[in-house]
Amino acid sequence: MSEQAIMTEEETVTTIDTEKGNFSYDTNYEYDAGIGLNEDVINYIVDVKDEDDWVRNFRLKALNVFNRKDMPTHWATKDLENIDFDVIRYYLSKGQTPSRSWDDVPDEVKETFERLGIPEQERKFLAGVEAQFDSEASYSRMKEDLEKEGVIFVGSTEGLKEHPEIFRKFFGKVIPTNDNKFAALNSAVFSGGSFIYVPPGVKVSQPLQAYFRINAENFGQFERTLIIADEGAELTYMEGCTAPKFETATLHSAVVELVALKNAKIQYITVQNWSNNVFNLVTKRAIAEEGAEVKWIDCNIGSRLTMKYPGVVLNGEGARGEVLSIALANDGQHQDTGAKMIHRANNTSSNIISKSISIGEGRSTYRGQVHIPDHLKNCKNNTECDALLINTNSRTDTFPAITVRGDGNSVQHEASVSKVSAEQIFYMMQRGLSEGEAMSLSVNGFVNDLVKYFPMEYSVELKRLIDLEMEGSVG
Amino acid sequence: MSNQIEIKNLNVSIADKPILKDFSLELPRGEVHALMGPNGTGKSTLAKVIAGHEDYEVESGEILVDGTNILGMEPDEIGRLGVFLAFQYPMEIPGVTIANFIRAALQARQEEGENFDAPAYYRELYDKMDLLKMDRKFTSRSINEGFSGGEKKRCEILQMAMLNPTYGIMDETDSGLDIDALKIVSNGVNLMRNENRGILVITHYQRLLDYIIPDKVHVMWDGKIVKTGDKELAKELEAKGYNWVKNELAVA
Repeated sequence: MSEQAIMTEEETVTTIDTEKGNFSYDTNYEYDAGIGLNEDVINYIVDVKDEDDWVRNFRLKALNVFNRKDMPTHWATKDLENIDFDVIRYYLSKGQTPSRSWDDVPDEVKETFERLGIPEQERKFLAGVEAQFDSEASYSRMKEDLEKEGVIFVGSTEGLKEHPEIFRKFFGKVIPTNDNKFAALNSAVFSGGSFIYVPPGVKVSQPLQAYFRINAENFGQFERTLIIADEGAELTYMEGCTAPKFETATLHSAVVELVALKNAKIQYITVQNWSNNVFNLVTKRAIAEEGAEVKWIDCNIGSRLTMKYPGVVLNGEGARGEVLSIALANDGQHQDTGAKMIHRANNTSSNIISKSISIGEGRSTYRGQVHIPDHLKNCKNNTECDALLINTNSRTDTFPAITVRGDGNSVQHEASVSKVSAEQIFYMMQRGLSEGEAMSLSVNGFVNDLVKYFPMEYSVELKRLIDLEMEGSVG
Repeated sequence: MSNQIEIKNLNVSIADKPILKDFSLELPRGEVHALMGPNGTGKSTLAKVIAGHEDYEVESGEILVDGTNILGMEPDEIGRLGVFLAFQYPMEIPGVTIANFIRAALQARQEEGENFDAPAYYRELYDKMDLLKMDRKFTSRSINEGFSGGEKKRCEILQMAMLNPTYGIMDETDSGLDIDALKIVSNGVNLMRNENRGILVITHYQRLLDYIIPDKVHVMWDGKIVKTGDKELAKELEAKGYNWVKNELAVA
């Protein structure tokens, strides 16, 4: 790295307003499906959104699957039983259609962006912004040159209506409704999220970005994202979330499906900071066809419980899959995260690097699944899991499940657990750093070799969030 | 007197075992004092207690830094007050570069809203590294990780030079150094000698004092200072060994 680059990067590590993200606006909702989940709610959503009958049937079928499936508590935490599906609002909307220019964006939404700290320059830098304010996109914009190249970047509702020929072909194919209980829930009540299609050979040079947040109490957010990179296409998608703090539990259950066709490349980046009462139960999976490459970068901070295991199905010869993840579990939080790599063709390779930080009573769990069946040749997987413990009550568990059969396939697995010792903290404090600053610095050091692969603004955002989290963790 | 570290009748124990016994010392600004003594006599304990380490139980006494009693203060407050401890065993902080670490320490001293002048910082950092004959590639290496003994000690001196403390406590800075490293480190300390800074050099051996000439030498035995003199005392000690002090005490 050049000297200049080092300085620029460091320049951005500044102090933060700890109140950011901890706010909410009064919002009048034009559409409200009410409390609880039943067929009437589904029909209400379909009617409000004016969706086709195939969508109605898809949703109603999914509701059935959801009702039939048990909670996965035979392997996952019993805390899931504390979700009361009967008190959640499944659909809220202000009813406005997505606006295209910045001037059309309501002032209070602009203020939200302001407070989330999305800088003016960054807005200019962004190729297109799809920001979700509660259920419906309130702002979306795309640069004209992207449109000219045939790139579609819209909300999922718009995608369903205006591009059914592409949407239906892939929708629910990567993650079928019956994949798990929460994928079924999302399939029943989804609204919002992004639909992206990049035509063959088009390389989107600037990242497509979505900011969204939950803004209504007891309101589950069920966005649905489908991204298709056609043959030889390339794109990076960024997703960031900050949620205001609520008194009662909130459910977030998203489904994200990625399709990378032959020789396509998709990079999907998430930096998430949910408030401490959010159940964040997300299913993310990609299919990578011949020569395609999918990279998930996933940073999980906050929430009461996060369960998320981004996966890549390596479907075509030479496909590559990667998951780089960072999870930070503070007091009262449980980060249950990991990765899945399903090898289905020869010469496929996958890489998983997971770093977790547990603080105080915080708990981190890594679950990894790597599957290479015996008829395949020359497949490779590399898995590294590193855990950092701060304070003695932290807990970390690692559950790697690696099934590798047949000769000529190779797999490498490394795991480490380290602690930030009291002597390290003392050393840093002697130099004048507060306890929180010292912990923050060691956490940043721990994730540093991973973060350097992140786009600049996301590594900065992550550092800020870590600082914020560590400040709050000092007694 | 306020321009000094003043330690008065300090009694300190760890796990109920008394370590410092009625220890007293005055270190004025502008002077370099050497604190010598055999292993296990409480030298490093003294350094840690001044820095505010929580493992040590201070039973009685006072430590005044420029007139402010620092007992009970957090280690970071003491650090920002202008007391720097060069560690005998500096800690590794994986993934945190020297440049970022020192920068964070300097920023911790800034007023809220004050801007950090990064280019000026790097100029100063590189100048001081040149003085200490540290390769610039060190700035991007994780602090103390995989460093040799000499590199760790030079890194301590670099931090001290950058943080510009009023008082420097050098805990066995010479241990683990070959003669070249010893010269470089001593040179660094000598460059920091001035009328506004007091330096306490804690050492087991006299050889460091060939390079850092102290204004005073204190000999410590069983938790307190038993002899104070000029630099000749160190040489006498070297020649006669610590048993000489022990025997003198027995006679007294």
